[in-house]
Amino acid sequence: MTQEIKLEEIFQSRIDNGEKIEPKDWMPEKYRKTHIRQISQHAHSEIVGMLPEGNWITRAPSLKRKCCLLAKVQDEAGHGLYLYSAAETLGITRDEMTEQLLSGKAKYSSIFNYPTLSWADIGAIGWLVDGAAIINQVMLTRTSFGPYARAMVRICKEESFHQRQGYEIMLGLAQGTQAQKDMAQDALNRFWWPSLMMFGPRDEDSPNTAQSMKWKIKRKTNDELRQQFIDITAPQADYLGLTIPDPALKWNEERGHYDYGEIDWEEFWQVVKGNGPCNKERIDARQKAWDDGEWVRDAAMAYANKKAANRNESKTGS
Amino acid sequence: MKDQLYKYLLLLGDNSMILGHRLSELCGHGPNLETDIALTNISLDLFGQVRSYFKYAATLKEGETEDSIAFLRFERDYYNTILVEQPNKDFAHVIVRQFLFDAYHKPLLEQLMNSKDETISAIAHKSIKESKYHLRFSSEWVKRLGDGTEISHQKTQNAFNTLMPYIEELFIETPLELAMKNEGIGADLNLVKASFDKTMSDVLPSANIETSDIKLRKTNGKSGFHSEYLGFILTELQYMQRAYPDMSW
Repeated sequence: MTQEIKLEEIFQSRIDNGEKIEPKDWMPEKYRKTHIRQISQHAHSEIVGMLPEGNWITRAPSLKRKCCLLAKVQDEAGHGLYLYSAAETLGITRDEMTEQLLSGKAKYSSIFNYPTLSWADIGAIGWLVDGAAIINQVMLTRTSFGPYARAMVRICKEESFHQRQGYEIMLGLAQGTQAQKDMAQDALNRFWWPSLMMFGPRDEDSPNTAQSMKWKIKRKTNDELRQQFIDITAPQADYLGLTIPDPALKWNEERGHYDYGEIDWEEFWQVVKGNGPCNKERIDARQKAWDDGEWVRDAAMAYANKKAANRNESKTGS
Repeated sequence: MKDQLYKYLLLLGDNSMILGHRLSELCGHGPNLETDIALTNISLDLFGQVRSYFKYAATLKEGETEDSIAFLRFERDYYNTILVEQPNKDFAHVIVRQFLFDAYHKPLLEQLMNSKDETISAIAHKSIKESKYHLRFSSEWVKRLGDGTEISHQKTQNAFNTLMPYIEELFIETPLELAMKNEGIGADLNLVKASFDKTMSDVLPSANIETSDIKLRKTNGKSGFHSEYLGFILTELQYMQRAYPDMSW
């Protein structure tokens, strides 16, 4: 026990000194578990996040937009792959993580439980959802766990490209016909509040924050990050000529920040608990891909085993 | 001549577009992340080719753009083959459809690299690298599935039984293709066929796939006679352009 306490002290001092923790280093079990939970949930968010955007690939309005969207959704798959690999360094397999997603044990970002109802939603997701994600992820490039921090550096570069792409879609719509402007405003109306919810509950309702800050998994609180997002995004909406659906949103000179209205936390918790507009559809789609893919994964494994056996035979024979 | 070249570019682009569309339907639904990424990548390559062909075609006809060509034609004015319209029934169908197309597409592009038309030749030079990778990917999966488990073998054989009948039209020269070949612009389909047959005999035995009894079907998508699937594909593909005409995106 004394030994354990000493190890924890050394561990904490390494973190305090800004050192990165690597997979084979000693770490408290709770640190390992917290990371498995957080990284796998991040990976699941990338994978489930492919679905609402994928919903518009076949209907994209131009060849250029279609190619951009295909590339974007493919990037998300790449991020998922990357993050699953980072989590695997902590002693869990991708299959186990997938099973946790499908059983509901592991969560993913609630934003993806909202439907994409028009082409403008693809712009709004890029602008707002990727915008909110970047705020979180830039912070995570300095997180204490090495593989996660390094994954984030790469992911952030692509995400900021996606965010600009999303904003550019919105800009095109905002400068377009009335029908396009209406479509853009409607998308903003629907995605604004869920985007704010992406930063998680209020600080006073976020019990894990203190430990996460101590371990430098997080470096800013949920409310600080949310404020940062609002301060960046509000002028961008102005530039588009769109109205953020919050009558209380107002620049506060004294604070040097925007004030904003109350988030509907009842909705937030309902969606987290699985009762959002598309929770069931998203998990059903992942479950179907998993079930339909079983025979393919089995075949790939059987084929690889046959090939390995053949190689061994020819080695023995020679 | 200009009209024929225009139509020939549509014929080349439409195959890539409709197959790219079918693959894009799978994005986010693949059997694992690696194949999901690979299939999306192939779709993206194909749409890249479509853009090259249609941008070029748009320079040949007043008032057209790559998007008006892609999205604003009626069904009979699309010239893709029936093979690429076939639905994503299961992963075996996706792979076999891809394999049959790649085995045709790669030698087609190899010939187009020598086209007298410099733009077509340049597009082919760029696309051949992609097509070689596609064929390698689909051939490996045909072997993996054909020689994997009993179930995967059966599903793959079924997919060949369903899809192989549509290959015939790939190699039947339409008057348009004949004219383009004679001009030194288009490909010689006999040579494409020889290469296709060689790919089949290279790959199918190691996948334990039997195709000798499969009867070929008379289809003529290249002249605009399509399956019932195309109408639904176009309904999705064209939705935004039809619902919101004359807008830029």
